Amino acid sequence: MWKNFPLFPDKATELAAEVDQLTFVFLAIALFFSLLVATLVIYFAIRYRRRSEGQIGETEETGIWLEIVWSVIPLVILLGMFFWGAKIYIKAYRPPADAVEYFVTGKQWMWKFQHPEGNREINHLHVPVGQRIRLTMTSEDVIHSFFVPAFRVKADVLPGRFTSIWFEANKTGTFTLFCAEFCGAEHSQMMGSVIVMEPQDYEQWLAAGQPEQTVIGSGEALFAKYVCNTCHFPDSAARAPILQGIWGKEVALSDGESVVVDANYVRESILEPTAKLVKGYQPLMPTYQGQLSEEELFQLISYVRSLTSGAAESEDSVAVGDSKESEE
Amino acid sequence: MQARRVHYLNVDYGVKSWLLTKDHKRIAILYLVSISFFFAIGGMMAALIRLELATPAGDLVQPDVYNRLFTAHGVIMIFLFLIPSIPAVLGNFLIPIMIGAKDLAFPKLNLASWYVYNLGAALMMWALLRGGADTGWTFYTPYSSMYANSEVILTALGAFIVGFSSIMTGINFIVTIHRMRAPGLTWFRLPLFVWAHYATSLIQVLGTPVVAIAILLVAAERLLHIGIFDPALGGDPVLFQHLFWFYSHPAVYIMILPSMGVMSELITAFSRKRIFGYRFVAFSSLAIAVLGFLVWGHHLFVASQSVLAGVIFSVLTMLVAVPSAVKVFNWTATLYKGSISWETPMLYAIGYVGLFVIGGLTGTMLATLGFDIHVHDTYFVVSHFHYIMVGGAVMGYLGGLHFWWPKITGRLYPAFWSKISALLIFVGFNLTFFPQFVVGYLGMPRRYHAYPEEFQVLNVLSSAGATVLAVGYLLPTIYFIWSMRYGERAGSNPWGAYGLEWQIPSPPPTHNFEEKPVVTTEAYDYYTLKEKRVA
Ligand SMILES: [Cu+2]
Ligand SMILES: [Cu+2]
Repeated sequence: MWKNFPLFPDKATELAAEVDQLTFVFLAIALFFSLLVATLVIYFAIRYRRRSEGQIGETEETGIWLEIVWSVIPLVILLGMFFWGAKIYIKAYRPPADAVEYFVTGKQWMWKFQHPEGNREINHLHVPVGQRIRLTMTSEDVIHSFFVPAFRVKADVLPGRFTSIWFEANKTGTFTLFCAEFCGAEHSQMMGSVIVMEPQDYEQWLAAGQPEQTVIGSGEALFAKYVCNTCHFPDSAARAPILQGIWGKEVALSDGESVVVDANYVRESILEPTAKLVKGYQPLMPTYQGQLSEEELFQLISYVRSLTSGAAESEDSVAVGDSKESEE
Repeated sequence: MQARRVHYLNVDYGVKSWLLTKDHKRIAILYLVSISFFFAIGGMMAALIRLELATPAGDLVQPDVYNRLFTAHGVIMIFLFLIPSIPAVLGNFLIPIMIGAKDLAFPKLNLASWYVYNLGAALMMWALLRGGADTGWTFYTPYSSMYANSEVILTALGAFIVGFSSIMTGINFIVTIHRMRAPGLTWFRLPLFVWAHYATSLIQVLGTPVVAIAILLVAAERLLHIGIFDPALGGDPVLFQHLFWFYSHPAVYIMILPSMGVMSELITAFSRKRIFGYRFVAFSSLAIAVLGFLVWGHHLFVASQSVLAGVIFSVLTMLVAVPSAVKVFNWTATLYKGSISWETPMLYAIGYVGLFVIGGLTGTMLATLGFDIHVHDTYFVVSHFHYIMVGGAVMGYLGGLHFWWPKITGRLYPAFWSKISALLIFVGFNLTFFPQFVVGYLGMPRRYHAYPEEFQVLNVLSSAGATVLAVGYLLPTIYFIWSMRYGERAGSNPWGAYGLEWQIPSPPPTHNFEEKPVVTTEAYDYYTLKEKRVA
């Protein structure tokens, strides 16, 4: 029990160092105010202890300026910490443009991963060091939460939509992955690890896995299998919107609203084609609800994105706040 | 004095006289019995949880059982103990007396609220006997609505019904405080305990219906498969979290505000001094109640809320910290040049201030977005809210109980043992929960039945602390019961405190006041009180 007894978590990303810095400064502030109050309370309680039975306290006037000082000082400090924290938060939830996208599915009680090259893993995710990696995540059942303490990242994994998180490991090693959102009987067994490797080792590891197809390749095959191209083909006479070049664009909808084409929108359009119909098109497309697994859905979406040149590098795809909620 | 004086306790001994009483003081005692019982049950659940967590392997109970234990612990402690504790026991007993009234505005409603509370509690206990729920007290969807294989509906229905009892108490307090104050008792002469309860009641009345609706929607989805929260049925799982926290964050203030009111009473009484910044302390309660409704999204920072929403909720949460800080500073300033005695209730008050400061500061840390990503849903959060709920609300409740016990029963409890228990509770509490901050920052997620070995040392410390804490809680149970028969007689004002409740005999007569009191001084005006005595 005494061996391997850390008091501070491992750091394996730059974000981790930034979060720790914030933590230390905040701890110092907290310590200062706790000690200040504790010292004053104890000092007063001793210095002004009751000396005779009938003694009463001295009445003094309320000092308005004191009230202002001790309201404003904490407020200013807290606003400072707020800005600092918000800066880290925005960075953590805005995947950089050049991040490589991996797909994560949570289900009771395991993690499933797919690499862009097509390799699949369960509970353990191998990644190269020094590479920005974006995880696009969804759940097949209840809410889970992807949490790697050494990276200081966490994001809930929701059924029915994509959320994402990104990281860039700056050292090799094996780092524990927890499910942080209570998800049922084996919640505490829904653990895994992220194994950070040297790039050449990672290449070797990938090659040994011999995947059949890349994610986009699988998506293309699905596109053909479900004959999506009978309607979605690059011609203005087509009965469905042209997918080439559409990613990241804002399109007008038949109800007068508009929507930015991102992963969550394409997802919805496949499962519920009439929910947000693009202006000028008839509600002809059938639903694919129940016919595609989460993984296939993601492959299909990845393929659609690959039809827009440079879209893989666009930042807009899925941030933590998806299109559904952004107006909130 | 020697002739047998009739008071609210000895006026009638029949069971019926208790079960059908409309006396706010007797109803307070009924509540005291009920919530003490549920505190004991919730405490036993906590003991089992800490026992399980003494070792990394999940070896004491099955995972399913563990999940039911922490759910029951949370549900019981929050809905059956913390929310009613100070308002329904101390508030019920004291508010009419503090404002010079002979009862609450609606005595029958008051009694009804106790029955409604017990009905809801009975449903929850029935659910527990049938195996209990395993969703956590937060009932997150779609797990609770579509996946959990446990007594979710019964448990939630129990919480739903208990919610009505707190609405009833809230309405009763609001009307009473508006309409029944003694002549001369203006708003700014009210004891701060009354102000705190006024703010609490507002939250109870405005917030509880929202959580009631959320609970009904979960039941509807579970029973009728209407798609509300489960995406497989076309629902939105995060909607539940918004509805739930819209009430449950303010509910945190329902639990903490009354204890702040108790603090203001204790600190002034044992400093024999008017509170520093009366209006600031009074209005900070209202500020907390209002701002408390605008911060629920801080529970959703990693739950796919938009970045913008996260930023807004973070800054609003920082604002709530200010009125809380104002209270702490004013309490501290009240001690300055006071006449301070170190009696048991004051020990609780001093302990409370320390623990509340730690709880509050860690709360502002959690409101800081970048920090929260890492510690959200870890033991850091568990520790933070126990500092507020146990270090704050429970310490406040116990401090208040020790302060007003002589008034309620007419008897004194043993000073020595009560000081020992205050010390044990303070030490045991810190030993239990401080290590959880560390283990949370290390990354241990909450609601884990088994955990990696490197977390064991801290968990063992925590479990050891829980043992000390248990002894600390057991002692008052024993000496309070002992004191009812063998305790020294208290007299009307054993602490030499200000306040209408100390001007009537202990225990008070059924109608509280022989003649309607007239208030001519500010609250905590010890100076005038002394003059009068000398005169
Ligand atoms: Cu989980
Ligand atoms: Cu909250």
